[in-house]
Order: sequence, then structure tokens, then C-alpha cells
Amino acid sequence: MQNSALLHFCYYLESTSLNAVIQDNLWIVATMQSIHILAIASVLVGVLLINLRILGIHGQSEPIATVITRYQALIWFALPVLLITGCIMIVGEPARSLTNPAFQLKMLMLAIVILITLHFQKTWRNNHSYAHADLGNRLLSIVSLALWIGIVAAGRWIAYA
Amino acid sequence: MNDILILIYGNPIAETIRENEILFPWIESLHVLAVTLVIGSIALVDLRLIGIRALNRPISSISKELLPITWMAFLVAAVTGALLFTSNALSYSQNFHFLGKMILLGLAGVNMMCFQFIIGKNIDSWNHYQQLPTSARLSGAISLALWVSIIFFGRWIGFTLEPVLAVS
Repeated sequence: MQNSALLHFCYYLESTSLNAVIQDNLWIVATMQSIHILAIASVLVGVLLINLRILGIHGQSEPIATVITRYQALIWFALPVLLITGCIMIVGEPARSLTNPAFQLKMLMLAIVILITLHFQKTWRNNHSYAHADLGNRLLSIVSLALWIGIVAAGRWIAYA
Repeated sequence: MNDILILIYGNPIAETIRENEILFPWIESLHVLAVTLVIGSIALVDLRLIGIRALNRPISSISKELLPITWMAFLVAAVTGALLFTSNALSYSQNFHFLGKMILLGLAGVNMMCFQFIIGKNIDSWNHYQQLPTSARLSGAISLALWVSIIFFGRWIGFTLEPVLAVS
């Protein structure tokens, strides 16, 4: 996706004073990226523990609902941090990110995985049993893990694509 | 020292990674994935040690739940990190942030050993504690500070790495 509206938006961002400040201070991007990685760490460990529990690989001594309740905050508190640091990086280098296929793929995968995460929360909101997850949800949880791996990889690939 | 680095630099695996355009980013992606899981799982243990998170759960069950993830992810991070290092051994070995990261890693290891064998050797007797002894809380805070610094140092390597040619 590289239509002219998107390109114009990139040019506009490049003309802002915030863009100039970020361009002139290397430490801003480096710091934003480091915080971004720390927030990703929070999301990933939460996602991994929840999905391994749904798959029945880890943490079976507790119901799925307990594990979701315990770790979902790691995901939802980190997402705004990711959004803010991500936006600052975009303003600093709009053309490197917005028009980049790796970035666009990353956003698509993010949208899908957020829907899956919400679906899991809804499914186990009132279900505190120790019962196994059904096949559909176990498959979804594999998809969710694969998407998060893809999101991290796509994030790194923004620098190369 | 330089001879060893040139030897590492010249090995076939290093050459393959250097000359293949997509290998380096893929190994890097795997490295980031593993590192985030290492620090994410360690941070959950540290936050419990410090007394910020999960106060109603015993530290022993939290560490039992998370340490297998930490170690598996650490293994992947170490292998991928070593692969990235070999591809450009001379540059990395002269990079301030790379050397700093290795020193911080060593310190995190020492801190972990101190907890494992001295401070936390009676960890199971703390099962009913909400706030842990000061030494344990300090150990958690040091660990968290070290690992956050490791992330920052690691990210800075990418901005400061300068090409060094292997000319003997």
C-alpha cells in the first residue's frame, strides 16, 4: 500500500518540527526503541503464559480463567506504551515505517491478534472450570502465538525491508 | 586475541551469515524474540521479589512457573547472539555497547547466583510472606535494573557498530 494520500501524510510528518527534533537527536529513537522492546517483553510473556495454558502445556494446576485474569494486564498496560513509542518513531521516520510492507503486515497481524485475545477473554470470563479448551480455541491459540512471533519479526524487518 | 577473532570471523557459518541477505535479519528477529521472553519472565520474578506484583502468591511457585521459560529463552538468545557475533566478531568486540552488555550480563549472572545460593536458599520458608526480606527485595531490584540496561545497551549496538575489516 503506497497510495498518494499516505505519501502526502509522510511528507507532512517530515515537515513537522517534532520530526526535526527526533532526526537531530539519535538518542530519542534509540530510547523509544528500547522502551518499545521492554513493552513487547511484557506483552509476550503474558501472551505466552496465557496461550500455553490454553494449549494445556503449562500451568495446568489452575483454571484457564485464573491464568488469563492474572496475565492480561501485562498485555493491556503495555499496548499504550507500544502505541506512544511507536508513534514517536513514525513521526521521526515516517517513510521508513508507514509505507514499509513489513510495517503494514505488522499492523495487520496486530489487529487480528488483538481480536483473538479479546475472544479468549470473553470465552473464559465466566468459565472457571479446569476443563480443556476445545480444538477451535487451541488452534486459535497456536495462531495467536504465530502472529506474535510474526509481529516481532516484522518489527525487526522494518529496518531491512 | 585478534587472531582468535579473525578465526571466528572467517569460519564458514560467519561467512554464510555475512553473505546471505536475509539470514542476519532473521537471526536478529529470533534474538529479539528470545531476549524479550528472558527479560519478561525475569521481570515478573523480580517484581514479586521487590514486592510490587503478585503479593498473594509465594515467590517459590512464581519462580517455578517462570524459570523454565527463562532458561529456554536464554538458550535461544545465547545461540542466536553468538551467531550474530561471529558474523562480525571484530566490530562487536570493539563496540562499547556490546562490551557493556556482556559485562552487565555477567553481573546479572553473579546476582542470580547470590540469590540462588545465599539470599534465597530458604526460599520455600517464605511461602506465607507478602513482603520478602530486604536482601531478596534488593536482589530483585538489582536484577531488574541490570536487565533493563541490557536491553538499552543491546539496542545501542545497532546504532554504534562500525565496520572493522579483518586484515591480518
